[in-house]
Amino acid sequence: MNKLDIAKSEPLWNTNKNIIYIISFVLMFLIALPLFGLNSFYLHLFIMIFMHAVMAQSWNVIAGFSGQISLGHGAFFGIGAYSSSFFFVQYGISPWVSIFIGMFFSAIVAVLIGIPMLRLSGHYFAIATLLIGISFQVVFQRWELVGAASGLWVPLTQGDSWSSLQFHSSKAPYYYIFLFFLVISFFAVWLLNRSKIGFRLRAVRDDAQAASSLSISVSNYKIIAFVISAMIMAPMGSLFGQYILIIDPDRMFNIEISIIVLLITVLGGIGNIWGPLIGAAILIPISEYSRIYLGGTGGAVDLIFYGLILMIICIFRPEGLISFVPKDILERKKQR
Amino acid sequence: MTSEIILQAIVTGLMMGLIYALIAAGLSLIFGLMDIVNFAHGEHLMLSMFSSFWLWSLFGIDPIFSIPITILLMALCGIVTHYFLIRYILKAKMLIQICATFGLSIFIRSIAQLLWTPDFRNVDKPLLEGRLEVASVFIGQPQLIASIVCLAAFIGLYLFVTRTETGLALQATAQDRHAAEILGIPSNKMFAIGWAIGLGCVGVAGGMMSNYFFIFTDVGINFALFAFVAVALGGFGSIIGCLYAGIIIGLVESLGGLLIDPSFKLLYVFAIYLLVVIYRPQGLFGRY
Repeated sequence: MNKLDIAKSEPLWNTNKNIIYIISFVLMFLIALPLFGLNSFYLHLFIMIFMHAVMAQSWNVIAGFSGQISLGHGAFFGIGAYSSSFFFVQYGISPWVSIFIGMFFSAIVAVLIGIPMLRLSGHYFAIATLLIGISFQVVFQRWELVGAASGLWVPLTQGDSWSSLQFHSSKAPYYYIFLFFLVISFFAVWLLNRSKIGFRLRAVRDDAQAASSLSISVSNYKIIAFVISAMIMAPMGSLFGQYILIIDPDRMFNIEISIIVLLITVLGGIGNIWGPLIGAAILIPISEYSRIYLGGTGGAVDLIFYGLILMIICIFRPEGLISFVPKDILERKKQR
Repeated sequence: MTSEIILQAIVTGLMMGLIYALIAAGLSLIFGLMDIVNFAHGEHLMLSMFSSFWLWSLFGIDPIFSIPITILLMALCGIVTHYFLIRYILKAKMLIQICATFGLSIFIRSIAQLLWTPDFRNVDKPLLEGRLEVASVFIGQPQLIASIVCLAAFIGLYLFVTRTETGLALQATAQDRHAAEILGIPSNKMFAIGWAIGLGCVGVAGGMMSNYFFIFTDVGINFALFAFVAVALGGFGSIIGCLYAGIIIGLVESLGGLLIDPSFKLLYVFAIYLLVVIYRPQGLFGRY
């Protein structure tokens, strides 16, 4: 099958009625879940799943939709975390506002990184982003203004506080906040995917030359994808900073973040909007449970699983786990 | 800042650069052959250092004598990698290839961490020790020998690829896999040979470095980064480009560390990478 046939066989609005029922059922279930009195470990598990699903979705936008493989995406996570906490710690700006400051800064950094990297593609791009991810960690480890290697400590409030986004008595508010951001960002990516920008991004991914012959500005759209992806990633950094209340370069710019978003997306199904959610829902419990039961043995047991799963998926199912789901659930039937 | 210090930095950088060049040459050979970047290259370096360490620690073989064993082990490791992983992803998309070797790197590193813990180790009292003083420049003996051996291995690799029949077959496979197969060169065998030689180079570098470098599970990351940069600088697939790129990186690293601030070494190398790749995307000696 050549590329034209593939393009023809792809329905324009591939949303099925079934999936809307599934989504609303799952969503109602998730909203009701904390009311059953889950203990804080399960709440934490769900919070981690939501957070990683959004992070992986951010990576999916850049790698799946626009075809650039970024190996340093953790940088935007760290920038989000640092800028929101920095403004909160230094100037007392509420985290609700500084989340947007974090998004703004990541967008700027994405443009600044994106412009010089426009000419790079494929392996060159991947290696450059890998270096960028590590460079950010090196810089933040030595930057005195943001606390250098010891990082920033978010000042604790007395009791729970919605305005400064801290909850000490229960994890349920965090659960709802992360769920809210999960819904928002998936909806945004869904809109993006079926908008003009989304189609153009995929055109650039599939064939940059053909796309530019149709007067699509390849470089503009590459930067747009980078910026959108960074703006999805940054709030997760900010919220995670508020969740654990300490922001240090080793955690926030950890290379593991860049690895895990890649892993989740590839596991779930790259280029598919539901891939990151499936990947996160499967991988995060594996990781958390392997940490519980095998954690004391050497610290890196969950990473062994990550590497193994990644290789197995690449060999046997490069389309990801989403390819096991029957097509007619995900997509509307072709109309002839 | 006297001229002696600068001279010292240049000599140190040169010696480091030759080691980077050999590591990068292995990476470049594999890339040129099958268009796959081995993101687990640093982990393979780590494995070779550990193999040299364990041969010393368990059997008392000095690293300088265990080099042939290390090379053999690494070549075997390369063939195993090819047969169990790379063979299946040859025709996959680039993204899948990157993810697969990236997965391999995570896997090797964390297995090593589980087996050997993240402790720092070093070879106690190796045969090569001490330093020479030449015109007020101090040269560590193990470093000097390591860089000479690496240079020799590099020249050997270059002669092998350009002069021998197998080397020419490798080049033919790199240029056009299908045309080479028509001429009776089995590409799968060539790929396995490429992996064996590529990791053999890493074996030489790792074995020589275990004489003086700390051996720990994350040791490969920085070397692999510099090797990626060297390969991109020299041009993907160009072996001779790696030599120049490796030396450039070694010099930039040590001079930048001396003149500006040693904690940002990585950033200088990265800046060089960006500059070269932006103005000359095919690298210094690249074919494309």
